[in-house]
Amino acid sequence: MQDMADVQNRENLQNRENLQNQENLQNQENLQDMKKLQDMKKTADKISALKNRFEISFPRLENRDDLLFVIAAEQHAVPFITWLRDMESYTHLVFFTAVDFIEDGLFQLTYMLHNYQLHHDIAVLVMISRDEPVMESIHHLWPHAATYQQELFEMYGIEFPGSPRLYEDFALEGWQDIPPMRREFDTRAYSEETYFPRPGRKTFDTVEYMKEQLYPGEAESW
Amino acid sequence: MKKEQELRIKRREQLSSIETELKLANKDIETGDASCFCDSRPEVIAPYRGILERFANWARAESLWILGFGTGCGAIELRPLMTSRFDMYRYGIQPRPTPRQAGVFVIGGYASVKTMKRIVRSYEQMQGPKFVLGLGSCTINGGMYWDSYNTINRLDYYIPVDVYIAGCMPRPEALLAGFNKLKAMIKAGQCDGMNQYAEHFDWYKANQKKIIKHWDMPDYNW
Repeated sequence: MQDMADVQNRENLQNRENLQNQENLQNQENLQDMKKLQDMKKTADKISALKNRFEISFPRLENRDDLLFVIAAEQHAVPFITWLRDMESYTHLVFFTAVDFIEDGLFQLTYMLHNYQLHHDIAVLVMISRDEPVMESIHHLWPHAATYQQELFEMYGIEFPGSPRLYEDFALEGWQDIPPMRREFDTRAYSEETYFPRPGRKTFDTVEYMKEQLYPGEAESW
Repeated sequence: MKKEQELRIKRREQLSSIETELKLANKDIETGDASCFCDSRPEVIAPYRGILERFANWARAESLWILGFGTGCGAIELRPLMTSRFDMYRYGIQPRPTPRQAGVFVIGGYASVKTMKRIVRSYEQMQGPKFVLGLGSCTINGGMYWDSYNTINRLDYYIPVDVYIAGCMPRPEALLAGFNKLKAMIKAGQCDGMNQYAEHFDWYKANQKKIIKHWDMPDYNW
């Protein structure tokens, strides 16, 4: 009987130890998360401390903890991105794209950067003029940015002087119209003009059809 | 005697002038390369007589070799068709790697202008008799890309189509039904797309050249 009791005690002890270990692990994870959050806040603070140097501002957006939007001035954007890459280890250019704000006469360029240590993203927004869309190239920071810039030139007509293969065809071959992703380009009209649209089926309003076809004499009394 | 000789010379001149009219211009190839390419037009090929043609059609219908060129998203439906659940080999259908070996071209869904150039080229390189299956609603009327600036709306304006399979996208059962329909049509001698292409060659070429602006290949790729 004593042996049995011993075995049970041991088992209980082991269970307790296991539980404690699990709690410790969870605590450690929580601590790590907290650390990460603190690091992110630190970088955010650092960036806000550099406001004057790079002329940056923060848009009023409901940000996630792991994503920060920063508006940078056109002439300071590339130095700011270089600083983020080299000093703050935002080493990954996730994507680089543009939004057409035709009402304001602006293109918004979005550079999405990622930090592998913190798993934190920074989106650098740059507003450039829509009439003369020219932006400094960043192909010297990331070679694959050249492809994004090639696509942006083809789809929006934004020029990046010095970017390799910029004027080569990318997705469109022999395109002769204005860049198709600009909002003044009427894609439906172009499609109807070029691609022989197939006429759709005729559709009838049910009530009108009944009046005309099935009960021609009675329709007036309805 | 002299008169006869003169007449012969005249006839020869007439014949040669007709021949030059019948030859293709190949305007868009660089002048040095033009002699490397064929400049003859496609010819209408008359069927055999009677039972020979019926036998040939039976043989053609029972060995449909499709070109392994997935031109759009619908080509994903060809993979389950090949594997054991639907097993298209039991119908005598199998994929081939090059246009020279294939007899059926399955256009898998939307065709962008860039792909259209390759489709035309592959279709013309296929040996006759050749058949085209239009897979998905994109080949019929543009489907969900009906107002896109870069995808065609009607496939039959660019290459002759024998069978359309509606759906976005059609399941492998629908594809099998389409193949069986094609078989029945071939056996009945109704699939004459290749001769239609030869007869209305100028119309097809004009439509193709309307959208493919960067045309750097011979007019007939044989």
